[in-house]
Order: sequence, then structure tokens, then C-alpha cells
Amino acid sequence: MSDLDCNEFVELVTTFLDGALDDETERRFLDHLSACDACDTYLDQMRQTTQTLGTLPPESLPDDARDKLLDAFRDWNR
Amino acid sequence: MEPEARIGSTDFPPDEVLVARLRDGDEAAFVLLVDTWSGGMGRLARSFVATNESAAEVVQDTWLAVIRGIDSFEGRASLKTWIYRILVNTAKRRGVREGRTVPMSSLLPTDEDYGPTVDPARFLEAGHEWAGHWREFPAAWPSPESAAVSGEIHAQVADAVAALPDRQRIVITLRDVEGYTSDEVREILDISAANQRVLLHRARASVRARLETYFASVDAEHVGGEAVP
Repeated sequence: MSDLDCNEFVELVTTFLDGALDDETERRFLDHLSACDACDTYLDQMRQTTQTLGTLPPESLPDDARDKLLDAFRDWNR
Repeated sequence: MEPEARIGSTDFPPDEVLVARLRDGDEAAFVLLVDTWSGGMGRLARSFVATNESAAEVVQDTWLAVIRGIDSFEGRASLKTWIYRILVNTAKRRGVREGRTVPMSSLLPTDEDYGPTVDPARFLEAGHEWAGHWREFPAAWPSPESAAVSGEIHAQVADAVAALPDRQRIVITLRDVEGYTSDEVREILDISAANQRVLLHRARASVRARLETYFASVDAEHVGGEAVP
């Protein structure tokens, strides 16, 4: 059984996803992951959260602001 | 893990082509950049200033500074990173004028950014045979395909991000929403990878908790709907 508890595992998720755990901690992290379905779910939900954040639609610039910028760009290059 | 593709990142011309075209006064290139990047820039600017209008002006001022400064771009950072640095500086100056300062020091983690990011009550207490293990498994979420990232999920996530403290919101916006690497965020904000992770982890855990609550409520409604035909 792994020597990492679930409440410790959940705090290492972001460092793990950054690939920044030291070798020993990463080994303990993976040992725990392979033995614990609950933490597997947690890790997956953190990943899913990150992926959903990456799909947030950006707001676009209002048309008049866009026109003004284009004018400024033309002026600058005149 | 492969970061989510950013809008326009696939067929996007490389920096040296874009820069050359901007210097030549190529309007199409300028419009392409403005249309592709302004949304993300506005989102980031909004973290530093008081209103949406103010954020929109920061974006405009940034593009004006880009037009004036493109000849001095040296290519040491990517074009987008260079523009984002101009944006952050512009936004900070404006935030100061509005009395809504986000000085650099407040972008560093504070005491409240440390400590458990998952409610300790979710784990078995000390003394229990399985102390520190989940009391109940986190409930499964609908698969990403079936959830189809609906508008409601986006609204929940956007709302959760908006509720975060400034320093957490700025970092999660750059890292997860905009898809910047920790190196790029260090270049833009001058926050170490380790400090970014503290803020990012806490921010992600908050957003995950919001989604957990949301999926649980949808689930309850669904079950309720079936029970009462």
C-alpha cells in the first residue's frame, strides 16, 4: 500500500500535471494513483476542469473599437 | 498533456512573418491579430481594472502601443508574450489611476493560498484506520462527450473564475484559459513557477468544486424528474 494519503495526493495534482514533482514524490503519487479509484477520479476531474477552462469563449472587441484601431494602424503607416 | 488548441493557433503565421507584415503596414495581418487575441487580452485586463469599459480601453491602448512599438520588437519573447507584457503594464498603470492597484506583491501567494484545497471533512479523520482517505468517493461526472461543454457549464466556470481572488484569477486565466506555459507566465508576470502552482492549484480546486456542485444539482434534478412523472 502506498504511503501517500488521499488528502496529500489531492494537493500534489497541479505539480504533477506540471511535471514538477521530484522523482521520489512522483513515484509515491503514481503508486497511490494506481491503487485508489477515488483519487483517479479526482485527478481526472481536475484535468477536465482545466480542459473546460481552455474552451471558454473569448469576448470579441466591439466593432467601433476595432475600426478605430484599424484607422490608427493606417495612420501610423501613412 | 497536450494543451487545448488555441483559437487560430494552427494556421497562424509564424512570428517573423507576422512582424514583417505588420512593419509593412499589412492591414490583414493587423486585423488577424486584433481579432484573434483581443478577447483573451480583455479577459486578462479585466483582472487589473475596475470595469469592462476600462478593460476594453486597456486593450485598445495596448494595440496602439503595439503599432508604435513594432519596429522595436526584437523577438526575444514570442510576439504574443511581448504584447501581453505591454497589456499588463498598461493595465497596471490604469488600475493604479483607478485606485484598483494590483501591485506585483499582491500577485504572490499569501497565507490563505496555502492549506487544504479540498474540504478536510471530505477525508476520514485522524485515528480512523483509513485516516486521510476519502470518506466518500468523489461522484463521477458525466463524460466530457455527453456533457458537450454546454453554455451552462461555461457559465458556471466563468462565474467561478470571476469569484477568485485577483492573484488566483490572473494566473488561472493565463495558464488554463489562455493556455500559456509556466515559463511564458513567468515572462509576463514575473512570478516563479512554484508560486504560480500554488495559486493555480487553489484556483483549479475552486473551479472543480463549483463543477462538482453543479453536476450534483443537475443529477438531483434529473433523478427528481424521473421520480415524479
